[in-house]
Order: sequence, then structure tokens, then C-alpha cells
Amino acid sequence: MIDPRRIRNFSIISHVDHGKSTLSDRILELTGAVEARDMREQYLDSMDIERERGITIKAQNVRVHWRDHILHLIDTPGHVDFGYEVSRSLAACEGVVLLVDASQGIEAQTLANCYLALEHDLEIVAALNKIDLPAADPERYAAEIEAVLGLPADEILHISAKTGQGVDQLLDEVVRRIPAPKADPEAPARALIFDSYYDQYRGVVSAVRVVDGVIRSAGRVRFVQAGTVHDIEELGVRTPVPVPIAELGPGEVGYLIAGVRNVGEARVGETVTDAARPASSPLPGYRDPKPMVFCGLYPVEGDEFPDLREALEKLQLNDASISYAPETSVALGFGFRCGFLGLLHMEIVRERLEREFGLSLIATAPSVEYVAHLTDGTTRHVDNPSELPPAQNIDHVDEPMLRVTIVTPSEYTGTIIDLCQTRRGRQERLQYLSAERLELVYLLPLADVVVDFFDQLKSRTKGFASLDYEPAGLETAQLVRVDVLLNGQPVDAFSSIVHRARAEDYGRKMAAKLRELIPRQLFDVPIQAAIGGRIVARETVKARRKDVLAKCYGGDITRKRKLLEKQKEGKKRMKSIGRVEIPQEAFVSALRLDE
Amino acid sequence: MYLHVPFCTSRCDYCAFATWTDRHHLHDTYVDAVLAELAAAAARGALRPATSVFFGGGTPSLLGGRRLARLLDAVDRVEGAEVTVECNPETTTAELLDALVEAGVTRLSLGVQSMVPHVLRGLGRHHRPDQVRRAVDRLGAAGIERYSVDLIYGGFGEQDADWVATLDAVLALDPAPTHLSAYALTVEPGTPLWRDPARHPDDDVQARRYELADDLLAAAGLDWYEVSNWARPGHACRHNRTYWQQGDYLGVGCAAHSHRSGRRWWNVRHLDRYLEAVARGGTAVAGEERLGPDEAALEALQLALRTRDGVPDHAFPPDRLARLEDGGPLGPLVERHGRRLVLTRRGRLLCNVVAGDLLPRTLTISAG
Repeated sequence: MIDPRRIRNFSIISHVDHGKSTLSDRILELTGAVEARDMREQYLDSMDIERERGITIKAQNVRVHWRDHILHLIDTPGHVDFGYEVSRSLAACEGVVLLVDASQGIEAQTLANCYLALEHDLEIVAALNKIDLPAADPERYAAEIEAVLGLPADEILHISAKTGQGVDQLLDEVVRRIPAPKADPEAPARALIFDSYYDQYRGVVSAVRVVDGVIRSAGRVRFVQAGTVHDIEELGVRTPVPVPIAELGPGEVGYLIAGVRNVGEARVGETVTDAARPASSPLPGYRDPKPMVFCGLYPVEGDEFPDLREALEKLQLNDASISYAPETSVALGFGFRCGFLGLLHMEIVRERLEREFGLSLIATAPSVEYVAHLTDGTTRHVDNPSELPPAQNIDHVDEPMLRVTIVTPSEYTGTIIDLCQTRRGRQERLQYLSAERLELVYLLPLADVVVDFFDQLKSRTKGFASLDYEPAGLETAQLVRVDVLLNGQPVDAFSSIVHRARAEDYGRKMAAKLRELIPRQLFDVPIQAAIGGRIVARETVKARRKDVLAKCYGGDITRKRKLLEKQKEGKKRMKSIGRVEIPQEAFVSALRLDE
Repeated sequence: MYLHVPFCTSRCDYCAFATWTDRHHLHDTYVDAVLAELAAAAARGALRPATSVFFGGGTPSLLGGRRLARLLDAVDRVEGAEVTVECNPETTTAELLDALVEAGVTRLSLGVQSMVPHVLRGLGRHHRPDQVRRAVDRLGAAGIERYSVDLIYGGFGEQDADWVATLDAVLALDPAPTHLSAYALTVEPGTPLWRDPARHPDDDVQARRYELADDLLAAAGLDWYEVSNWARPGHACRHNRTYWQQGDYLGVGCAAHSHRSGRRWWNVRHLDRYLEAVARGGTAVAGEERLGPDEAALEALQLALRTRDGVPDHAFPPDRLARLEDGGPLGPLVERHGRRLVLTRRGRLLCNVVAGDLLPRTLTISAG
């Protein structure tokens, strides 16, 4: 058993692009965990998508040796959608390394995660990274960190994860300043599952942090909250290569494979104890993350529906935060209404479905979950706009709100306030972090954030503003459903719930957009936008009069036949709504977020 | 037999044909190469007496009477074979016409395109309407009775009135054309026109012009026999019909296409590559495809649909045939001529739709 006094458990808190993956790489190298010749960039980011996008989605952990200590580096996801994963990673740590780009300063999400670390009473070792860059201004940003978080500027390290400068000193500071785990080796074993993922060969692999006692690979474990008992198949540590181990003592971090087939049965926050000598009380758990953003996913080819179901089942084995339920759309056929933690999560899931499972999908516009209070006193949760009951049956509708924190250079304050106001935002706080940067806190309807808010913020501030958000309950709002009718027939996929003040404008824009996207048919196709039966916009796609190849060049019949074949191929990808045939691309474009 | 002549004095900006404006020094070399290709074909036993010969381009008249005669002399023809040469009005001289008649040319196709100066300029054509009239005078003088006029509608700046004026002027030519091809200006990828969307034709406008043309031509005794072709009775282009009837033809010269019994092949497109290939081995085939019997039968239907002969009704699957009578939008596109289905005028303009929606996707020829 390792003496807990020799153990240090920590996470790195950092903004996207501030160098966390590079620092992890350097630590692996410096501690000899990975030979230089085996090194590849972003070693710990195992999914292709993570590596491509340069972000970490799933938390990872790795054990390294530094001088006479054992360090467990518990990686945290680097995107705001995955904030809940950060908090559970922090629960496995005694301290964090706060890594800030010395030319950028602290960003909104990093700030939020630091507050989280302070709430957990974790020790913070702050480091300014990228000091090798000419634009680095470590003194300035150290002063900012001191002002905002109260960490003494002279204790903030200056490092370059890229060149390795200062990284050894950082590790020494981790050992010196972050406390060893406080653990009772004699108590009944208690370990916390802080991550679970599904491996197609091994089943569920759970990352565990032992809090008290010892977990032995020869034994059986009980999952306290689930009330299940499992034989341990393998206990081990990642170095980062998985190495089986006979026991995990107090304070240690490792992995557990116990014949579980579904991550839902080894939930994050679960307490693992020894089945033979169980602990009487579980460790404090977590709340399950709740989906915030919803969209319908439909296979382009109707016969791929069973494949989509299977793919979602498989993904859920690995990501319990995805929710899905079958739904039928008049326009799109059979598909699933899926719930995600956020927009990036939605995009990643969709990309994985297409890439890893070879599906081609249509996604409806993202929506949120409304609560409709009906005149008969009942309530209904609505995550698909077309399911909002008729206006006359609704007393009022509540919508989910977000508390959005934005950190920005002060020159962009005006444009950000303007953006938040057009999105029905209410300002809660405006606070200067330093002379040049400030923090804005707004209460915004989630529905107005899922529609290109991030893109707008990015383009208005040239990428200099960063943001973090947290759910902020429900609020009543004046919301109506806008329907779109093609040839007199409502198209459910185009229905949307919009604030009353903007509903007509939305309807006009949607009708105009569809007029451009819907190919001409053999007859005039009216497009109408309607609010509760009242038509607010009308456009017409005029009947097509000409579709013929004028000429057959010098006997080139082959070309003509290929053109016709191509046309037929295109027809296969058409969806029919009544008599109107719409190509998939038109749906995709119409449902795209940009306005 | 199709002979391709890849030379032009200038390139029209809608043109995507294989033609060159800077290789006039190669006229003789090219004629020699085509002769070599013909000789090689003859040596293979691939030449059969031609029922029709068509010199297309490019601008075949640029080669001059002597070279065209050399080429034609090398083509074995059946008695009474139709021999057509495409000519531009500005190069149609009396000497050329005499030489062509002497060589056995029976028919001319004049690249008129428009009879309105500003429309011609917009198409990038350099002749004037009076040059057309003079060319037709010379045609008459040379004793050529069968001639066709090529027109293009939908060019930038063309108004309905311009198009009517063009049709009126062409119909008033003396001698009058026995045949007329009217093509909707088509935007071909890669052309200068393609790069300038502001000048792209509008489908509705072109549909209207088509209908105008069909009215005026029919009234003048020229009946449609293929989507873009009209002729006086007995004057349909035999060569052209071979294409639509899935007949066999041999194409020689660069970029020329050939067909024989379900095998389609084509020569290399580039003039220089063509010359090199023929110099090496007498042929210049760039690619080919073989149609299975089912594919060939389906293609035959698609081609026949473009013609006044139409398609036998049993060729349509019954469920699709029913769509013609269900009161839906397809009904007005096709009409019955006995046991055959023929495109109506609206249907001709939507030929691709009819081919896509009514013809079977695949066809299986039943035994017997």
C-alpha cells in the first residue's frame, strides 16, 4: 500500500487553447511516463474528434512518478458544455493547477472553475503559460489573477508547456503546496466513481478515487447507491498505459472493471465499497447532468432508422448524458428527439453518429424544454416546438434561463450588451477585473442562447470574449408557436417557439428563406407562416416550366444519360411533403441556425 | 459518320465544345490525322457505308472546300446519303459552296444564332444579319436546297421581340430553310458565361421563347420532330435522327463520340493529344462504356421520348401510367397518339421530369 502522504491528486483548470493538453504531454514526458519516441500530441485526448478540435471531452486520469511522490493527474474537459464533468473531477482532487495563457489572461470558464475549486477547498497552484511567446505579459495577468482570485502574484509560476520551461518547478510546487489526501486506511473501503466509459471489449471502465480503506482486485464490490454487487475483473492504474494492480489504497486513483455493461449502471458519483465489509454510508454524490438542448435527429435514408437507434444505444453506453426518445415527423419520417448538455455536445454527438456509425442525418433546429401551463391546470413539458398545445389551451409558458458570465476586453462591452439585449437578456453584474477587462453577468433565455449566441459573441469580439454559463431556473415569457405551411400543409420540422414580439418577423424570414431553398415543382407552391392559425407571411415558389437538355453534343449520349441518372439519384434524397418534393439540403439549410 | 472540326476564328463565351482559335496552322495536319484514323478504322473492318455524314465543330467551313472534299472522299457512303456541313455565315463563300456541292455535300447547317445585332454581340458572334442573307443567296445560287438554321434563344439582353424578329427574319429567307434547330442557351461549366451569373438565362423566359418559336415555326410549316428541332415534311435531319433512335455511328476527330450496338466510346478531347495518339497508333479512344441490354433499352426510351415518335405506352410501368390520369401535374405533359405517348409542348419543356418521373428507373426485358 502506498503511503497516502506520498500521493498528490490534482487537476488542471484551463481555458481552451491555453495549453492544458500541451502541459499534460510535457508532464508525461518529464516524469518518464511516456518515452519521448512514443510521444504524440495531446496524448491523453483519445477520441479523434477531441484531437481534431483540440478539446478534451471525456475526463482522463493518469499516474506519474515525480521524485519520491506519486502524482495523479486528473484531466478535466475543456468546454463549457461539460462543466458538470469538471466538478466531478475536482471531487477526486486535493488541488488544482490553474493554467492561464500569459498573453490572454483568465477567461470566463476558467474563472468559474476556479470558483468551483475554491468551493471544494482545493489548493490552487497558478501558472502563466506560453511565456516564450513575444505577446506574453505575465506581470499584467498575474496582477489580474491576484485581483480576481486573491492568489498572491509573486506565487504565480511562469512556464512554457511547449518548451518545458518551468514545468519541473511546477511539479515541485504541486508536491509542496497541494495537500496529501486525508484518508483512513483502516475504515471500510469507500471509493468514488468520477468517470465511466464503455469499452467495446472490456465493458464499462470506471475511474475511481479511493477515499477510505483499500479496494482489492481479488474481492467483490458493492455499488452503494445502485445496490448491486460485482466481481472485480480488473483493478489498475493508468501510467498512462493501463497497468493491472492488486489493490488500490486510500488516496489512490485508478480504474475498475467489474463486469458492468452499461455506464448507467456505474454512474458517476456512485460509491464503491467492499462487498465483504461494506461502508455504512455513501460518499456525497453528484446530481445527474440534465440535458439542456434538444433536437430531432432523422436519418436521411428512412431505412437507416434501426441503425440510428443502435448507434444511439451504443453512444449512450459511453455517455449517459445523452437522452433520446423516438419521434415521428410528418416531414422527416422516423427519428429521435435527443437531449444534450449543450450545443457543442450536440454537435459532437451528431458528428460521432455520422463518423463512427456511417449515418447521414438531418438535425432539426435546436430547441429547449418549455413548460406549458394549460388552462385546465395541468402542465406539459415540451421539447419539440410542434408539440406545444394550441394557444387557446395555454395559460402561460415557462422557459429555461441561463446565467451567462462573459469575460471581455472592455472595448467590446457595448457590443456585448447590445447582443444580450437583443436576446432578451437582463444584466445582473458588470465588474471590472482590471482596467482593461471586465466580467458581465446576464440572465438570458436559453432559447436565445442556443441560436448562434456563441458565434455572435465570437465575431463581435473577434474571439476575445469568453463565456461560462449555468442553468438559472424557469421564467414565464410571452411565447408563441410559429408554424410553416407548404402547399397548405403544416411542416412540423419547421415549427418554432418564438417570443411574441419577434414572431411575425421570424415567420417572414423563414418563409423567404424557404422560397429560396425549395426547388420549383410542376405547380405553384405557397409557403405560409402562421401563428395560431393567423397567416403572417406568404411566399410562392412558382411552378417550374423548363427542365430539358437543349442539345446532345456531337452524339454524346453518355453525358445526357449520366445527367438523367444524377437527377434520379437526387430524387431519391428528396422528402415528399404532400406533393411537394424537398431535397435534404433544403431542410438542412432551412434549419441552420444563422439568421 | 460524324467528323469533328475543332477550329474557330473566335470562341463564343457560352461555348464548351472542343475547339481552338490558335491552331489554324494545324488544318492540314488535322485533316491528315482524321484520314489516318479513318484508314485505321477501315483496316479494322469497322467502316460500313455511311447513311449520313455530318461535319460538325468548331467551324467546319474554316477548313475550306479542298480539305473538306479530301475528308469526304475518304468516307464510303450509301447511295443518296445525307451529307451535312456546319457553316458560319461569314465563311460561307461561293467558292466554298461550289466545292462542297462538287464533293457531294447535300445539306448545310448555318450557324445563324440570331438575326438581331445586339443579341449576336451579346452571344459573342461576329457576323451581321445581312451576312446571313448573303450566305443564303449563295446557297440558292449553288443549288443547295436543303439547309438548316441554328438559333439560340435566351442570350443576355434578348427580349421576346428580338426573338420573334429573329424567327420572322429566318422564315423570310429566300430560299427558306427546310430545317431549324433552336437551342436554349445553356450555361456550361467552365465557360466565361458560367462565371458571370448576371448573364445567365432565366428558365421561365426560355420556356416562353420556346413556345413562341414553336408557334411561329408550326405556322410556317416547320413541325417539331425532336425537342429542339423542327423541319418541313421529309426534311428531318437523318443524321440527327440516328442519335435519337440509338443508331450506330462512328465519330472521327478529337472529342468525337461513337456508338455501335450498345458500346459507346469517345476520342480524346484535346487537339494536340488527339494528333499524338493518331500518330502513334491510328486511334485516339479515350474511354468507353458498354450498356447492358436493360440499360440500353432504358436509354432508348429516354431518347425516343424527346422525339415526335414518342414511346410505346407499354414501356411505362402501370403505376406511373396511372399518374398521368390522376389529375396531377404530370397529366398535361404527355398525350396519347394511338398506342404511343408523346410529349405535349409543356412536356417537351419538362422532358427531364417526364423521363425521371414516368419512365422506369430500371428496365428488365422479359424473355420474348
